Amino acid sequence: MTLLAFLLLFAAAIVGYMFNRRAARLIRQGGARLHSLTGFHGMFALLVVLVPVFVLIIVWLLFQGPAINALVMSGLPDGVLDGMGTGELQLVLAEIQSLSAGRAFGTPEDWKIDAATNLLDYRATAAWLLVIVVVSSALALMLYARRKVSAEFRARQRVEAIISGLMVFCSVVAVFTTIGIVAALAFETFKFLSMVPLSEFLFGLNWEPQIPIREDQIAAEGAFGIVPVFLGTIVIATVAMFIALPVGLLTAIYLNEFAPRKVREVVKPVLEILSGVPTVVYGFFAILVVAPAIRSFGQSIGLDVAPNTALAAGGVMGLMLIPFISSFADDALTAVPRSLRDGALALGATRAETMLNVLFPAAIPGIVGGVLLAVSRAIGETMIVVMAAGLIAKLTINPLDSVTAVTVQIVTLLIGDTSFDNPKTLAAFALGMVLFIVTLLINILALRIVRKYREIYD
Amino acid sequence: MTDTTPTTGGLRTTQTTDELVRASLKRRNRKQVLIQALGLGAIIFAIGMLGILVASLVSSGRHAFTQTHIEIEVFVDPEEISVEGLPRGGFRDVLSAAMAVYFPKADTGDRAAMRELTTMLSDGAQFTLRDMIVADPSLIGQTVTLRVPMSDPYDQLNKGLVARDTPEELRRVNDAAIERFDRLDSLGAISRPLNWALVANADSRFPELAGLKGALVGSFWALLVCFVIAFPLGIGAAIYLEEFAPKNKISDFIEVNINNLAAVPSVVFGLLALAVFIGWFGMPRSAPIVGGMALALMTMPTIIIATRAALKAVPPSIREAALGVGASKHQVVFDHVLPLAMPGIMTGTIIGLAQALGETAPLLLIGMNAFITSAASTPFDSATALPTQIFIWADSPERGFVSRTSAAILVLLAFLITMNSIAIYLRSRFARKW
Repeated sequence: MTLLAFLLLFAAAIVGYMFNRRAARLIRQGGARLHSLTGFHGMFALLVVLVPVFVLIIVWLLFQGPAINALVMSGLPDGVLDGMGTGELQLVLAEIQSLSAGRAFGTPEDWKIDAATNLLDYRATAAWLLVIVVVSSALALMLYARRKVSAEFRARQRVEAIISGLMVFCSVVAVFTTIGIVAALAFETFKFLSMVPLSEFLFGLNWEPQIPIREDQIAAEGAFGIVPVFLGTIVIATVAMFIALPVGLLTAIYLNEFAPRKVREVVKPVLEILSGVPTVVYGFFAILVVAPAIRSFGQSIGLDVAPNTALAAGGVMGLMLIPFISSFADDALTAVPRSLRDGALALGATRAETMLNVLFPAAIPGIVGGVLLAVSRAIGETMIVVMAAGLIAKLTINPLDSVTAVTVQIVTLLIGDTSFDNPKTLAAFALGMVLFIVTLLINILALRIVRKYREIYD
Repeated sequence: MTDTTPTTGGLRTTQTTDELVRASLKRRNRKQVLIQALGLGAIIFAIGMLGILVASLVSSGRHAFTQTHIEIEVFVDPEEISVEGLPRGGFRDVLSAAMAVYFPKADTGDRAAMRELTTMLSDGAQFTLRDMIVADPSLIGQTVTLRVPMSDPYDQLNKGLVARDTPEELRRVNDAAIERFDRLDSLGAISRPLNWALVANADSRFPELAGLKGALVGSFWALLVCFVIAFPLGIGAAIYLEEFAPKNKISDFIEVNINNLAAVPSVVFGLLALAVFIGWFGMPRSAPIVGGMALALMTMPTIIIATRAALKAVPPSIREAALGVGASKHQVVFDHVLPLAMPGIMTGTIIGLAQALGETAPLLLIGMNAFITSAASTPFDSATALPTQIFIWADSPERGFVSRTSAAILVLLAFLITMNSIAIYLRSRFARKW
């Protein structure tokens, strides 16, 4: 039905285009001089029909589901829902929905079956209503557009104004996305903070969300303290930077100053592959190869290594970040003015000395910006740590131990069925908020450093 | 100062600058060689790790591209399976009777031993038989030849993944099972054809039956939704910001926003989709449409940035020429600049979609890691995607899933390589020197 509505809309838009163009042509053939080309008259009809009705359908679809649900629930016989919490109400609704889809578990009560038939009725009505509304509004708009056609009508300006409006809307979507992220996170975080005090969340040293706790016990046990979780993220990110920083920088230095052009042309794209590999692949690589290798190496020298050691997750993450750092450092080194390099070489410095004493220090701000971006990516990286790091939050900085990370907790708290009214689920959003703020601050700082540095030389 | 100068000056003059440089040159050159060696070492390390990554995936994944099958003669006993009873019937018993024929020594009364025999076949065998008979009930009472996958332990044994010389108690397959397998092998019943089930089947609890069809279809729907949303929105935003936007605070704010969105961790987009699309708008959980929307929001900054670069690369002379013959600003952009920028835009879009294809975290949060044994027929049905399927299989305890996970990764990488090759081809084919 929805598909039919869309098809009818597109058909109406095209018919409107043809009608208007024809009408404009007839006027021109009648000897009048048109202000706009006939195509613009057609375009005007197309846009006038397409845009509002399209928006109408989308809004309709967004609110149809919740509206029908509310109707069904309000149509239930009196008394059956008395004393139910939100979770139970959702269960009833889900059962009615699965009944309407023809899946029955056990023998449902009669009122549920009635509600399911009601639900199907409402859906059918809504679908027909949508088609009728779409057709009638499209026809009305077609008529409106058709009546506008005249020799003086400034169709081109109108079309361009509509298109400009659409483009502004497209650019604002990015802003809406940011607002959506902040609103969603803030809303759920606020609910979370009404159950767990902020000081407890930010400074608590215990993170045990899996244990079901009665509400009055949460504060006493301090089970939602972010410190050990965040510490785990920092340990893993540090390990990652220990790998990525030296390898990335040395690679950049070699490629920028010493490598023959042919080597550079081959090596750069090959390194880029490292950043193109999906993170889930790195995660699997960590558990398949790296973690067992580290473990058996640790055993051979008598060290006790946890099976999901931070070293494996961090090391693989470092691998992923190598091209990130090397390309940033490469760009920063290339951006150093030629005169500095030439000057150093002319004074008799070797190429290594030019690089280490002149170019590299000059490129430091740009490199720092890139490194900060890499750190923010390491903090926000999810799949590698979800697969290779641990689940239990430990207050340790030993990279051989198993630690957890912010993103791991977000994913494990939200996998499976989630309802939005217990602290366990909401804690994930609070963690997400912290993650968002931290990465945002690092990104802003990094972009500012990079920009400031550019201004010096340009 | 004045006192000491002659002394040091006197010392220096005994050595010429030339000699000084010469003396230190060896050390300085050694330093240069060291730096070069370190740089080369770093590159070799990075590329070597990439090599290990690919090699380990290939070496463990190649096993999943074939599957051990067994060919057995099955007498469809009318006492077990009747036309009226279909699709119900004693298919399992029929199969175990068929297996017993190959092992005359086995005691048909011993239920445990008989069950052992049946477990050599994949659990899907009875359903294959059922479908066959439901499709053609005249087979009842006849003997049919059935070729079905063997269950995972025997598959591993056949592929040599179970070392026969390890002590029995450490082995996954005991001596009796190996003996049974060898007997069937010597009868020529066992074959190892290409494993089409890997792409033709949807997910399953049993490794020998699990395939990627559901994941491929789910990824297709999610990417389609992502493309339909992100492509027009991204291009519209890029054209506006690059060609029309006035240089003011609002445009700056939008730009900063887009740049920041490009760096927001992907898991946050999952939280957004979960809270807004599923929580507030009540969209279905696990559905590719929601996944596609989340991916679209992530891909949009990539497309915007690529499109702006492509638009910028079109030389001003084109614009000026069009303006000069009386085109409006809109006509210049849409009739002249945009077509010329299209190859660059397509390249950026394909690269963005390739990123979206490999993205896992947001899909996990909206529940696209559910266990679903059929392929989605619309974007509103529950589905998995390729990366989430990899995640599910990587988490499964059965040994057979290890090679299947690697195989799934190889399939995913093959898609990514194809998409990126198309992007590179487009770029080189349509690249213009102005």
